[in-house]
Amino acid sequence: MDSSGYSVERTIKPYLIGLALAVTLTAIPFALVATGALTKGVTLGIIIAAALIQIVVHLRFFLHIGLRTPRENLIALAFASVLIFIMVGGTLWIMFDLYHRMMV
Amino acid sequence: MTASASTISPPPTAEQYEEKEFGFWLYLMSDAAIFALLFATYMVMVGNTAGGPAGKELFSLERAAGETALLLLSSTAFGVAAVALSAGEKSRTLIWLLVTFALGSGFIFLEAGEFYGMIQEGAPPERSGFLSAFFTLVGTHGLHVSIGLLWIAVMIGQVLFKGLTAPVASRLMRLGLFWHFLDIIWVVIFSVVYLPGLL
Repeated sequence: MDSSGYSVERTIKPYLIGLALAVTLTAIPFALVATGALTKGVTLGIIIAAALIQIVVHLRFFLHIGLRTPRENLIALAFASVLIFIMVGGTLWIMFDLYHRMMV
Repeated sequence: MTASASTISPPPTAEQYEEKEFGFWLYLMSDAAIFALLFATYMVMVGNTAGGPAGKELFSLERAAGETALLLLSSTAFGVAAVALSAGEKSRTLIWLLVTFALGSGFIFLEAGEFYGMIQEGAPPERSGFLSAFFTLVGTHGLHVSIGLLWIAVMIGQVLFKGLTAPVASRLMRLGLFWHFLDIIWVVIFSVVYLPGLL
């Protein structure tokens, strides 16, 4: 390609690995919900675990986040993750605590 | 800076392209915060059906699986387009951008049908807190995908008429970040909305 100022280096391999892992991590929770093979609590736990692993798979193989990613991008990602954890965790904590106090 | 000065300004340097990519990355992180709050709202509101239909009666596992497959394949197709771009193959880049666009359109088609069906079945956004939160969350993602489709269409035009120049390649890579990011949001949507709703 035209290399003046901008270059892209992409190979097909990470995308295929990412696709295979994503399909597996999607098929497992969908199959568990479709068959109802396990109890509700265990299934929910596996859905959450599969989602968290799949997010990492997407970041690694589709968005190419890794050791060679610029440092400031990683800091922004870490900051956003902490922010999301506090906001979502805090919202759920407060709202469900409130819910229980209203009901009891 | 006057208009004439900007037209003769030199092409962006590698460093400037990196800055653009970092700026776009910051936008994505703030977008992730918006979605996180919509997810938190949905999780708080999911039980508030106000006597109306719940997720179990409204969601279809087959449709959710179909939407998931289309979006994941679309994301992978964009990856193949990026590989073609890095090899400098213009026609292969165009073909895979078209495949990405077609798969993404299929996703929007399925989702629009789902929303229309729910509204017809007496489950519009105003029916309950649960449905308001559902339409806001999934609708915001759908809006992002629609804007992504528009962006893909624009980039197909740019590749066609401008070729794989440095600015076009840089824009394509930022579009790729956006498109893959939306697939991550969808993974959280089916894990928080559809699968627990149908459990």
